[in-house]
Amino acid sequence: MATYQEFIQQNEDRDGVRFSWNVWPSSRLEATKMVVPLACLFTPLKERPDLPPVQYEPVLCSRPTCKAVLNPLCQVDYRAKLWACNFCYQRNQFPPAYAGISDVNQPAELMPQFSTIEYIVQHGPQTPLIFLYVVDTCLEEEDLQALKESLQMSLSLLPPNALVGLITFGRMVQVYELSCDGISKSYVFRGTKDLSGKQIQEMLGLTKPAAPVQQGRPAQPQDHSISSRFLQPVHKIDMNLTDLLCELQRDPWPVPQGKRPLRSTGIALSIAVGLLEGTFPNTGARIMLFTGGPPTQGPGMVVGDELKTPIRSWHDIEKDNARYLKKATKYYDALANRSAVNGHCIDIYAFALDQTGLLEMKCCSNLTGGHIVMGDSFNTSLFKQTYQRVFTKDYNGEFRMAFGGELEVKEMGLGGTSQWKICGINPFTTLGIYFEVVNQHNAPVPQGGRGAIQFITQYQHSSTQKRIRVTTIARNWADAQSQIQHIEAAFDQEAAAVLMARLGVFRAESEEGPDVLRWLDRQLIRLCQKFGQFHKEDPNSFRLSESFSLYPQFMFHLRRSPFLQVFNNSPDESSYYRHHFVRQDLTQSLIMIQPILYSYSFYGPPEPVLLDSSSILPDRILLMDTFFQLVIYHGETIAQWRKAGYQEMAEYENFKQLLQAPLDDAQEILQTRFPMPRYIDTEHGGSQARFLLSKVNPSQTHNNLYAWGQETGAPILTDDVSLQVFMDHLKKLAVSSAS
Amino acid sequence: MNVNQQAHMTSPYRQPQPALQGYAQPGYGGPPTQYAPYNGPNPGYQQGPTPAGYSPYSSLPCKTFPATLASDLSSNSSSPLDLGPVRPPPNSGPPPVSASQGYSQYTQGDVQNGPPTMSSQPHRPPVSQSYLPGSQPAYHQQYGAPHTSMQQMTNQMSGMQVSAPPPAVSGYGAFGQMSRPQPGYGGSYPGPQNYGAQPPPPAAPPQKRLDPDSIPSPQVSALPAVQKTRHRIDPDAIPSPIQVIEDDQANRSSEPFATGVRGQAPPLVTTNFQVKDQGNASPSYIRCTAYNFPCTSDMAKQSQVPLAAVIKPLATLPLDEAPPYIVDHGETGPIRCNRCKAYMCPFMQFIEGGRRFQCGFCSCVTEVPPHYFQHLDHTGKRVDCYDRPELSMGTCEFTATVDYCKNNKIPQPPAFIFLIDVSYNAVKSGLVDLICAEMKTLLDYLPRESSEADSCIRVGFVTYNKVLHFYNVKSSLAQPQMMVVSDVADMFVPLLDGFLVNVNESRAVINSLLDQIPEMFADTRETETVFAPVIQAGLEALKAADCAGKLFIFHSSLPIAEAPGKLKNREDKKLVGTDKEKTLFQPQTSFFGNLAKECVAQGCCVDLFLFPNQYVDVATLGVVPSQTGGSVYKYTYFQVPSDGDRFLNDLRRDVQKQVGFDAVMRVRTSTGIRATDFFGDFYMSNTTDVELAGLDCDKAVTVEFRHDDKLSEESGALMQCAVLYTSCSGQRRLRVHNLSVNCCTQLADLYRNCDTDTLINFFAKYAYRSILNSPTKTVRDTLINQSAQILSCYRKNCASPSSAGQLILPECMKLLPVYLNCVLKSDILQPGADISLDDRAYLRQLVTSMDVAESHVFFYPRLLPLQKLDVEGDSLPTAVRASEERLSKGGLYLLENGLHLFLWVGANVQQELLQSVFNTPSFGQIDPSMTNLPVLDNPYSRRLRAIIESFRAERPRYMKLMVVKQDDKLELIFKHFLVEDKSASGGASYVDFLCHMHKEIRQLLS
Repeated sequence: MATYQEFIQQNEDRDGVRFSWNVWPSSRLEATKMVVPLACLFTPLKERPDLPPVQYEPVLCSRPTCKAVLNPLCQVDYRAKLWACNFCYQRNQFPPAYAGISDVNQPAELMPQFSTIEYIVQHGPQTPLIFLYVVDTCLEEEDLQALKESLQMSLSLLPPNALVGLITFGRMVQVYELSCDGISKSYVFRGTKDLSGKQIQEMLGLTKPAAPVQQGRPAQPQDHSISSRFLQPVHKIDMNLTDLLCELQRDPWPVPQGKRPLRSTGIALSIAVGLLEGTFPNTGARIMLFTGGPPTQGPGMVVGDELKTPIRSWHDIEKDNARYLKKATKYYDALANRSAVNGHCIDIYAFALDQTGLLEMKCCSNLTGGHIVMGDSFNTSLFKQTYQRVFTKDYNGEFRMAFGGELEVKEMGLGGTSQWKICGINPFTTLGIYFEVVNQHNAPVPQGGRGAIQFITQYQHSSTQKRIRVTTIARNWADAQSQIQHIEAAFDQEAAAVLMARLGVFRAESEEGPDVLRWLDRQLIRLCQKFGQFHKEDPNSFRLSESFSLYPQFMFHLRRSPFLQVFNNSPDESSYYRHHFVRQDLTQSLIMIQPILYSYSFYGPPEPVLLDSSSILPDRILLMDTFFQLVIYHGETIAQWRKAGYQEMAEYENFKQLLQAPLDDAQEILQTRFPMPRYIDTEHGGSQARFLLSKVNPSQTHNNLYAWGQETGAPILTDDVSLQVFMDHLKKLAVSSAS
Repeated sequence: MNVNQQAHMTSPYRQPQPALQGYAQPGYGGPPTQYAPYNGPNPGYQQGPTPAGYSPYSSLPCKTFPATLASDLSSNSSSPLDLGPVRPPPNSGPPPVSASQGYSQYTQGDVQNGPPTMSSQPHRPPVSQSYLPGSQPAYHQQYGAPHTSMQQMTNQMSGMQVSAPPPAVSGYGAFGQMSRPQPGYGGSYPGPQNYGAQPPPPAAPPQKRLDPDSIPSPQVSALPAVQKTRHRIDPDAIPSPIQVIEDDQANRSSEPFATGVRGQAPPLVTTNFQVKDQGNASPSYIRCTAYNFPCTSDMAKQSQVPLAAVIKPLATLPLDEAPPYIVDHGETGPIRCNRCKAYMCPFMQFIEGGRRFQCGFCSCVTEVPPHYFQHLDHTGKRVDCYDRPELSMGTCEFTATVDYCKNNKIPQPPAFIFLIDVSYNAVKSGLVDLICAEMKTLLDYLPRESSEADSCIRVGFVTYNKVLHFYNVKSSLAQPQMMVVSDVADMFVPLLDGFLVNVNESRAVINSLLDQIPEMFADTRETETVFAPVIQAGLEALKAADCAGKLFIFHSSLPIAEAPGKLKNREDKKLVGTDKEKTLFQPQTSFFGNLAKECVAQGCCVDLFLFPNQYVDVATLGVVPSQTGGSVYKYTYFQVPSDGDRFLNDLRRDVQKQVGFDAVMRVRTSTGIRATDFFGDFYMSNTTDVELAGLDCDKAVTVEFRHDDKLSEESGALMQCAVLYTSCSGQRRLRVHNLSVNCCTQLADLYRNCDTDTLINFFAKYAYRSILNSPTKTVRDTLINQSAQILSCYRKNCASPSSAGQLILPECMKLLPVYLNCVLKSDILQPGADISLDDRAYLRQLVTSMDVAESHVFFYPRLLPLQKLDVEGDSLPTAVRASEERLSKGGLYLLENGLHLFLWVGANVQQELLQSVFNTPSFGQIDPSMTNLPVLDNPYSRRLRAIIESFRAERPRYMKLMVVKQDDKLELIFKHFLVEDKSASGGASYVDFLCHMHKEIRQLLS
């Protein structure tokens, strides 16, 4: 058998699953003693170019409470044409279509390599994809212009039969009717008045007046001629909508001195949700909100329009001084829930210098699987390219987006069955799923048993097909007493770090920052106590096995990360970071926890270096990737050379190349990542160098610089502890018998 | 039709026939069945039908009345009064004959008057004789002893006579003599009896002219009416409005009316006269009920004559009169009295060499600001008196300073917003098409200052059904943009920029919009409408633009869609005549009252054009228009072919007319009297300031004054009406009208100087407002009562002692009974079965803002005989009295009341005449549905059409022409306007009512 490393990698590649523990403790009590919960990161729609979907429907277990899908782990009696469900042990007949089944003639879903398989469901009507643009018009002229151009551009990226709709908002909310020629028509709503979905539909004329019941005629299901006034196929109204966007003006209402523009984001979203709710429930739809500032009126307002009252900060929130926070959050939460119920997802593109209320609105995207992208201005490549990337296509020329996702997890020996609605999913969406072992300690799973988990993901493919992806995995049970070393070896510290981090972030949403940190520390200490090897009260004797070796370092950086530290981050930024952290896959998540640092020099090829202040040297160029930012840092000497313009001189071609190398690498990352990271080109002493300095391990600070007495590296002016200090304390606490 | 009338009508036809050889008209030969009962009356009368005759007149005690009369007569057999005097004695048979012979052939043929002739002839005596037994002796005596009785009679009559120099007709000599002294005496003096100086008039029995039209006047002005036996009363013998109007026109139109003399009553409102402003406002602006106010409130109370003025602040003057001068007193604004804030006017007395002036209203002395100082001449007048309009003219206009502006900010130019109903009904009737087509040209004629080339007024457009559609018509747009607001519960304006635009700049976009609106809604199936949100939308738009303005709402149906101000159909005819009837005139909900208040605060005037096919609740929908100084127009069962013209003309006029916005009117008076009550289309938040969101040239406000102290004969009573408004170009102006009237200590002086037309205007408005709170019957009784008191007070205090049986009326009020009757029997106070509640509510509101000329013709329509048309000149034929018996079968008549215009075609009209008017020789082929006469190139047609046009031009609302053929179904509608006749709804005939009044007066006297 290959190493666990390989096993883990293989599993991830095939099923998109990474477990914190690859061998499972066999009882609840033992599981809790493991400190790191039994959990997995699951990427439901992981791109699998080698996995063509099958054109038939899955075979389900006939037990009504089970309905698990036939999979390679099932026992099959080929002669009797029976199969036993491996979750409930129900014996099932194969359907007639499987009459020819035999040892040598197996359907794909029974082959071990198809532990993940995708079915295309043919029944049911196919509804086109729906894109509803919700556009803020309280923007600066150039921002609006840039946004308009991007929106126009996006029309050409949509599938021709996709339905599009347009809602704009400022002081009022306008819903555009796209079907008419000549005069352009829109429905206007006050930005201050909350309306129920039904009211909105009535006001948009989407409900037919209750005609006297005509006998014998069932109610018309859905009259698309009505709803289509607002949502039209792109190919039909392409020109029309382009013109409309072209004529779109800034919100005309005057903004008095000292006031913010009145922005009715809450109502605009409510109307978008209401519109889709009434016309296309349970179909794939994206509401794309583009906003350039905080909601300032109506339900969902985040800040008043007086400029002299600044938008809430972490400080205000701690002091319970954020007037609108709770109300707004509740409002958006309700909207998000409605939207999620209908399978519609909400994207938020918030581009403004100040906060835009992401903190309050984040649930709209979080609960519906929508994107959140944040930046300074729509007139930046950050927005333009990120937005374009929303519409990138995969190897099949299909959008990398799926709608109406619904995940069902079936477990054996674990918690039973659970269902979640995800709505928008893309191939990178990665969920953290935490399991609970329910076996009691006195009735453990027998040794050598295997636990199985089946993930059933139903979704609407961007080609409008309905698909079901089924992933079935199994892991060994082990008795934690006798086989602790097996379990230890099967620890996936990367997955565990990310899963713990997600727990931490989850806690941070509702608890005070220091509490979360303390909890995280305690968990780490307990883990070290459980799996470390040491002599009591002797910190120097402390050792961790290889499978745990990196874990404390991840925790160190996690503690310093913006996901848990709100200092220097606005509430919006924190929300933004956390939003992405909880949905990216493991690799990206790790980058977020512990940014990657590459060093470029004349001394050799680019190499990854420690995320440490000691890596900051005058004759190096550093490239740091924090996921959200790409920082190119020119060391002091390099910077001087560059200023002197050596790169322009023929004889210093190599210097030019050196300068170019990190740029090329950065470009590569910029090209692919979603959302596009912020690109920062800075140098020694540059103000933007702070992005780098805040991330590296402060091994050299103004406190210990002279003690070290060396000229290498750059001192960081901080009181933060360095990794060294952190580790020292950790060892001390782990070996202490007091804790 | 009443038997009585029939009798009158038939007779003339028979009588003249022989003389009318030239007119061999079949109709005359064989009276139609209608006239057939002619012979019937006699038996009918004999059987004592009187009670029956009265019965329809509900407020009269029908049965007892004749009886009372009879007893009066019998006990007072010598009394000349009764009808005796008026009617030609029985022996007057010959005169009528001769009179009729005297007529030109033409006249006789055309005029259907003969009644008097006939009745006075053979039939009379038997009739009277056969009358109720009790009354017989009286009649006999009267007739039998004409001389004595006549004498008294004539005395009385002469007292009442207005004018009428003796006509050439010899038979009237007696009257002539009587009346001669009168003109000099102000025309109204009850001469002989009171002063005894006059010789008794000759006893010559008054003669009846057969043809009222051809009669210059005489006996018409005579007066006594009689109750009893109204059938016996000769209609020609009771005061004739036509005669009074004609006389006034003849006597007073030639000389300009100079306003310099205090307390001078102006000519009648029907008279064409020129005004010279010499210090008092022209009667075009202000008319008073009395020009001699009683000095004390006791006296006023005793007389019961209402002291009121009808003020039409922005009235359009005749072309030959100059509009008010505009005066600018500079940065400090108009000079005003320090205490009462009255504006500088001719009533200010400069003292101390011109350094100070004493206010004529409150007597306070105010310093003259240095820049306004001027020396006085030897008479104490400023030497620049005649250079300054405010010192020498009754009316002038001040430019207001910023202090007079709302929020101390110079106002923006006003805006017009057109709000068009595009629900199914409106679209189907062709209305939407019509409005949009018309709007394109209409927008070129927005009101503007005469000095400006273009109007400053901005326009905006909204269409609506149960949601509202606003339009962005910004000039920079290629296409208009429509913005739908469906949240009607909470109306707001969805756009700022581009809603209100300058017409010239946005012409292309507006035209494009107007082209597209009919298309967009051509297939609409939406039948429900909202209303209040429509007004709110306009109001909000004006608020957003921070300007005043006017909303033109074109609305088709009861607003039943879910929205504020939603109404329910509450038309319930069963309530008519009950104590709950008043609720039908009250708005359904107080919502509109509050909305109106908001509108007024913003200067948002609402004009409402209604196109209902059924009940729309005008009483409620009209609340906002009426409180904001707007107008309501109503086109029931609107169809483009028949009503399109009327609507478009009204709309054009309404859009184009001069109008002021955001106006406040205050009436200041000199010490002793006070303006206490106001009637009209406006809102009042306190007791003195009349607030008008809009004030146009057709709106009049009636103001009632009461004493709060004594007045002195010496200083008279002064009033100053100041209207602060924003002109159509956005200038703030102050128009000031000043008027002084005399004061008197003698009731006779009061009664000598009254204006009945104005009095009727006041009474009508008073009554129409009262029905909001009181049962209709109570209101009518109150009116009758007050009028009776007025007349009895006169009789008691001013007329010479005479028999109680005599009806003696003050000269200038002799038409009070006939006009009052018209008010009482109007659709509002005495509705027929066929009039809808909406119509009543509509008329009620309409009257509220009428000026005197309008109310006059509204209540007493003008009826022109056309057969003797002078096709060459431009004079109009003399009108005839509004009674069916004045119509000749062979004639054509034009009737107008300011709202309706009828062309009545007699069944026997000459073929040539028909040919020249209708282009058809056959009566049967005349199309009664035509709304305009065919354009024919003959003098008669040209002249007739010119007259029709001139009538239309004269009135604020376009009158649709209805051609009514004699005996056609439509004739019923027409007859409704023959106000001297008994009406189908039970309204009394003039004669009956006069009798009733007489009875009331006598009761008061006894």
